[in-house]
Amino acid sequence: MKHTISVLVENKPGVLARVVGLFSGRGFNIESLTVGETEDVCVSRMTIVVGGDDMILEQVSKQLNKLVDIIKVIDMTEKQFINRELALIKVAVNSGNRGEVIQVVNIFRGKVVDISSKTFTVEVTGSDDKINALIEILLPFGIKEMVRTGAVAINREWQKEETKKNK
Amino acid sequence: MKKKGAEILIECLEREGVDIVWGIPGGQAIPIFDALFDSKKIKLVLTRHEQGAAHMADGYARATGKIGVCVATSGPGATNLVTGLATAYMDSIPMIAITAQVPTKLIGNDAFQEADVVGITRPITKHNYLVKDVKELARTVREAFHIATTGRKGPVLIDLPSDVAKTETEFEWPDKIVMKNYSPNYKGNPSQIKKAAEEISNSKKPFIYAGGGILSSGASKELKAFAEKTGAPVGLTMLGLGCFPGTHSQFVGMLGMHGTRASNLAMNESDLIVAVGARFDDRVTGNLAHFAKKAKIIHIDIDPSSISKSVKADIPIVGDAKSVLPELTKQVLQRKHSEWWAKIGEWQKSFPLLYSRKGALKPQYVIEQIYEMTKGKAIIVTEVGQHQMWAAQFYKYDAPRTFISSGGLGTMGFGLPASIGSQFGKPNSLVFDISGDGSIQMNIQELIIAVEHKLPIKIVILNNGYLGMVRQWQQLFWKKRYSGVDLSIQPDFVKLAEAYGAVGMRVTKEEEVKEALEKAIKITDRPTLIDFKVAPEENVLPMVPAGAAITEAIDYKDVELA
Repeated sequence: MKHTISVLVENKPGVLARVVGLFSGRGFNIESLTVGETEDVCVSRMTIVVGGDDMILEQVSKQLNKLVDIIKVIDMTEKQFINRELALIKVAVNSGNRGEVIQVVNIFRGKVVDISSKTFTVEVTGSDDKINALIEILLPFGIKEMVRTGAVAINREWQKEETKKNK
Repeated sequence: MKKKGAEILIECLEREGVDIVWGIPGGQAIPIFDALFDSKKIKLVLTRHEQGAAHMADGYARATGKIGVCVATSGPGATNLVTGLATAYMDSIPMIAITAQVPTKLIGNDAFQEADVVGITRPITKHNYLVKDVKELARTVREAFHIATTGRKGPVLIDLPSDVAKTETEFEWPDKIVMKNYSPNYKGNPSQIKKAAEEISNSKKPFIYAGGGILSSGASKELKAFAEKTGAPVGLTMLGLGCFPGTHSQFVGMLGMHGTRASNLAMNESDLIVAVGARFDDRVTGNLAHFAKKAKIIHIDIDPSSISKSVKADIPIVGDAKSVLPELTKQVLQRKHSEWWAKIGEWQKSFPLLYSRKGALKPQYVIEQIYEMTKGKAIIVTEVGQHQMWAAQFYKYDAPRTFISSGGLGTMGFGLPASIGSQFGKPNSLVFDISGDGSIQMNIQELIIAVEHKLPIKIVILNNGYLGMVRQWQQLFWKKRYSGVDLSIQPDFVKLAEAYGAVGMRVTKEEEVKEALEKAIKITDRPTLIDFKVAPEENVLPMVPAGAAITEAIDYKDVELA
């Protein structure tokens, strides 16, 4: 199962290598990873999306907790959380289909942020499902290049009763 | 008062109670060694290879329970520590490694003798530091000692660039260290302990599975009291040997691949396993699919990540054995388990540890004689291989920290330097390095340290002319295709010992064993090496083949007496 793990770490050199080393040392492929500062400049938050057996992931999260520079490890998947990703997609267009592409992008509440005679660059944010859906629809037009940030996630302030009890 | 970085480092070591360090200098390490030159409290032992320094610090830590410290220069000096650090890390041994680094402005420049030591040692240390600001140094050293010696212990490395070592700053000793993200849990959860105590009291066939965690916690007495009240059989991991008396009536033997059949069968047949300070290592459990199917599992460990790693615990207790065991002992009911013991007695009778004394001198006989002669009071250090397993099987360890061996990593070449470290830490103890003709050649250069410092260690080579453990696997599972194991072309170990200034002896017959050992024990001013020429193709048995269930052992009588 896919897990979204949020890791609060000390904002200093080498910490990312320690975290990533725990995954690579166990032969895990990280699907996506984002790092950025939090409200406290001494603390960074990593959002790691990784797939794998639950028991092994529990092991990885215990190992993460053991690292001295790690403040907190939260498996977001156990709770309700908001999860967003940004993608920039360079799609091939011609005079015949520009309008159609714009319509599609609008439906996904995306934006065209760059334009040339042969391409549109589309910016879109959302869950990975939404972005995957947009990619699928744009694919027939021809995707020249694409970049995705990987997910960032934050837990919902309001949690369903049963998930609270589980915690 | 203003001090240079290197002086601060040495003063911090002194304040942490360090009185001996092992190491080798080099260009970038000169400032550190210069500061060591002035220390009245710290003895510097110059080794001949940095790996030796690391294993000596490790052996010292294992024999005394204190922390071991080694020092190396940048680049090759530091990379030579790697095997030693990995060895200590796998066995949770508290150590500090100090490595010099090229000046900060040259880091990343492919400077002479530069290596990314923090990067290289990241997965084999509990934590490591690159100190780029001399003002951080004192706090870093304190943190390093704190991390190495608390929770699940382990090695911590401090990489110190030479310009930082030479920079002056105001020295301030941090009285307290505050580490908000690091606070190991020592006390077990009371409701989990209560649950566990009830399970133990209700169990018909309990089994205590204890390991090296008992030694690092210093909980041998607590384990004994607990075992005696519960009446349960006790099986130990190899690293746990000595944490429960080997001569105790409740001790059923070492567990695992070369453990006693009785111990493995009892663990597998039990209805409740109480694991303390052990980690269900693959060498102990055998094939997990067949492991202890009828047993509930209580797992007590200070390291939460050890619990439910390979075998799911029904009652996990995160805490220190020394704190958790007395709580359990208070709450469990006194039991005798006569029926359970009758069953175990049958196994013990049917499957004793066997060997035949027919033919050439047997390595097992040598170990038994060492046990007789030392009355089980010596510190036995081993290398890795067949001799290691015979030393674990045929010597009974009654006291903690008397069996010293590389368990997790299985490092050949560990024994000689570790026995030197042990003798430094325990000058009044009789220290043996049980070795094979393969392992001893991996760090033989350190013999000169024992000569230089007049350490009367006894090096026992069980010389079978092979890398014996690999040969055994090839005999049993690879159609006797002895690829890359022939050591019959070897140095004359007696002359080699003499060349180093040690005493050398050779023994080829049973009748000579006792006399040679007696002679060796009487020598107190230098090391003695005894080359025992033993049966070349003797095997370590019983043996559970890799991948088989732990109950499916090959017995001595199946192989040697068939």
